Amino acid sequence: MVAVNLWSSLARFTDGARVVEVQAATIAEALKALVALHPGLEPILAGGVSVVVDGVVVPNRHAALAPDAEIFLLQQMKGG
Amino acid sequence: MPKDDMKSGYRLVGTRPNRPDGLDKVTGRARYGADANLPGMLWAAVVRSPHAHARIISIDASKALALPGVKAVVTRADLPTGLTGENLNLQDNTLAGDKALYDGHAVAAVAATSRLLAEEAARLVVVDYEVLPHVIDVDDAIKPDAPVIREGMADYSVPEGMHGNVVRYMEEGHGDIEAGFAAADIVREQTYRTEATHQGYIEPHACLGQMGEDGRGEMWVCTQGHWYIRRMCSAVLGIEAANLRVTPSEIGGGFGGKTTIFMEPLTLALSKKAGGKPVKLVMSRSEVLRATGPTASASMDVKIGMKKDGTITAGQVYFRMQGGAFPGMSPISEALQCAFACYDIPALKHEAVEVLANRPKAAAYRAPGSPMAAFAVESLVDEMCRELGLDPIETRLKNAVREGSRSSFGPVYNQIGLVETLEATRAHPNYAIPLGPNQGRGVGAGFWMNHGGETSVSLAIGEDGTAQVMVGTPDIGGSRASIGLMTAETLGIPYENVRVNVVETGALGVNEPTHGSRATFASGKAAVEAARQAIAEMCRRAAAEWGIDEDAVEWKDGAAHPAGPNAGKFPPLSIADIGATMGSTGGPISGHHESTPGGVGASFGCHVVDVEVDPETGRTTILRYLVVQDAGRAIHPAYVEGQYQGGAAQGIGWALNEAYIYGRDGRLQNTVFLDYRIPVASDLPMIDTVIVEVPNPGHPYGVRGVGETGITPPLPAIANAIHAATGARLRALPMAPPKVLAAIKAKG
Repeated sequence: MVAVNLWSSLARFTDGARVVEVQAATIAEALKALVALHPGLEPILAGGVSVVVDGVVVPNRHAALAPDAEIFLLQQMKGG
Repeated sequence: MPKDDMKSGYRLVGTRPNRPDGLDKVTGRARYGADANLPGMLWAAVVRSPHAHARIISIDASKALALPGVKAVVTRADLPTGLTGENLNLQDNTLAGDKALYDGHAVAAVAATSRLLAEEAARLVVVDYEVLPHVIDVDDAIKPDAPVIREGMADYSVPEGMHGNVVRYMEEGHGDIEAGFAAADIVREQTYRTEATHQGYIEPHACLGQMGEDGRGEMWVCTQGHWYIRRMCSAVLGIEAANLRVTPSEIGGGFGGKTTIFMEPLTLALSKKAGGKPVKLVMSRSEVLRATGPTASASMDVKIGMKKDGTITAGQVYFRMQGGAFPGMSPISEALQCAFACYDIPALKHEAVEVLANRPKAAAYRAPGSPMAAFAVESLVDEMCRELGLDPIETRLKNAVREGSRSSFGPVYNQIGLVETLEATRAHPNYAIPLGPNQGRGVGAGFWMNHGGETSVSLAIGEDGTAQVMVGTPDIGGSRASIGLMTAETLGIPYENVRVNVVETGALGVNEPTHGSRATFASGKAAVEAARQAIAEMCRRAAAEWGIDEDAVEWKDGAAHPAGPNAGKFPPLSIADIGATMGSTGGPISGHHESTPGGVGASFGCHVVDVEVDPETGRTTILRYLVVQDAGRAIHPAYVEGQYQGGAAQGIGWALNEAYIYGRDGRLQNTVFLDYRIPVASDLPMIDTVIVEVPNPGHPYGVRGVGETGITPPLPAIANAIHAATGARLRALPMAPPKVLAAIKAKG
């Protein structure tokens, strides 16, 4: 199972959970599984989030995940 | 000072060749936004609201249109309807709809045969306003009696019960915050304020646009990102992106402020209405300050728990930020992520709200959100260090994040260079120079995470063995030189044989702007991949020439060589040899790479500033200033040093002088550089720099973005230095002489 860590404000859509475990082989699958479990997250994820896998920002949604990967969803940041 | 075991003996990377844009800039040949001209060109001028908040009852342009030479007037009625989200915000800011939302908000635009005529015609446009209550200050905007300036703008995140001007709420954290504070020997809590400040680029916004009757348009514009210009203008005007071609000019500074649109769509809308004549619009400084994005202003509560030995046990912040009258422009999430990013703290709680006020739509500004957060957190850390008699750098080292630390925003850090940066700061001679009366030393640390972004780069080998690189990231800080160095290093040819060009939207795939400290990282990484592709093709051509397997060819020193004795004995084929015969060996040789690169490397910095404060006037003089920052790998160290110095200079201005001054009527009062006081050369000493190099494993040459971190530490470092010099603690910016003098007097 892959652990997806959410920022606190999203917990209202996940029954209070800050970490959601999903079965996924890619980032896209993880996000899809997350939305299937918690549909309220759909518009937020569709609006764009940064995905950090094991400490590294991974922009490619088709990137493969290790079975025990640690994912953090962060609000998108770009800079000046 | 390399701090790693990666290869450091490069031929070109790390050298300081002359700047490729230097001669053009010092001779005036460089073509900036306002230098674009076309035959038959019209000039535009913008009618702007004189009110901070007003309903637009009517717009009468008949007198303006009656003026000979006036060719077109556009108002919001000329723009398409039905937009949503950020596209609607962009359109609302381009031309006001039902309401003008800030002093300077564009209400109409005029095109005429000369600039003076356009300005005169703009004055003849009669706008009937119903003035509405306004609010300017971030804390005032959430008081119960504050007018709600726009109904229904809050997003999903805002809890019920918050003021109607709150449009976004952010919460983050980890650990048991109460247990963290309970474990501390002292817990301190303070409130800090920073003002909105403008990016202060020297070149005002300028654009030349043409939109024909066939629906095809073209633009020449000063921008950090011409694909963003294309996308945003297309959205605002309801045209297809493919029908708009955008060419960037040389750019006279951006710092984030030129990553969006303000008046650019008006040139196309006016051109279309004027029968396809090109229309040029150049903002005045006053328009730049009244109507283009500054960063947000902030009001911030910070609480920290610390043990007597300096160990930080808990941290808590509540930030309130206003980024003007449009949602999404206050960098609250960035501020929260950066606030404690330098520290390994077991318990953190972050909260922030984004607040609307009757000010211009904020834009990104160098490390958006991070300087404000640093001012609050790094000031309080300093206050607690002084109370406990601790050295500020030792305390930061004690709590510093390092490889494997859990970041304050969640993920674990990989290879980072904060500890090396702090150690280099401690070892620098500036940290030990004795100080005199009324002098003080301050320290501050800072962080920025950097960004990858969509990137597309092409490279073409010339018939003479030189190379041209086509990038889509405008060069605002030396990226052409750095990309040229990495390309030449990879190809094994002289730096002078590579030319890097910033090309228009028709020449490459989509590129994000030069922002997020990404150009040298992302376009550089893509250029290296494109060069490797060209090398592979040149090795194939050599293999075919020699009749050997292409795997038996290796590339070194700018030439194809047989790879070992079994490959056969052939004289090397240089890049010039291969280029000269490309037409008869398979055609042009090029490389191309596009990606949204991962592997961005965060950059940490630490600044030390010595100040002298005149006890009679409160004036602060910067005596010496030191920037130490991790660059990963400094491709062109002079440009890296320039970024460090530029960030520090802007931070010094933010700390000491810069602020938007509004009258009680909500109108901006300091709309020129005489009154909006950015630092000039005579205000500053030579800013000393130390480049720490802890290479980023996510880049072929170890590059981290260096452009933004440098503006983060100056705000707290200077406040800490002023406290050391005077004993007075300034918790609100700017620390201008009257405020410093008042603080000294209040201290007694």
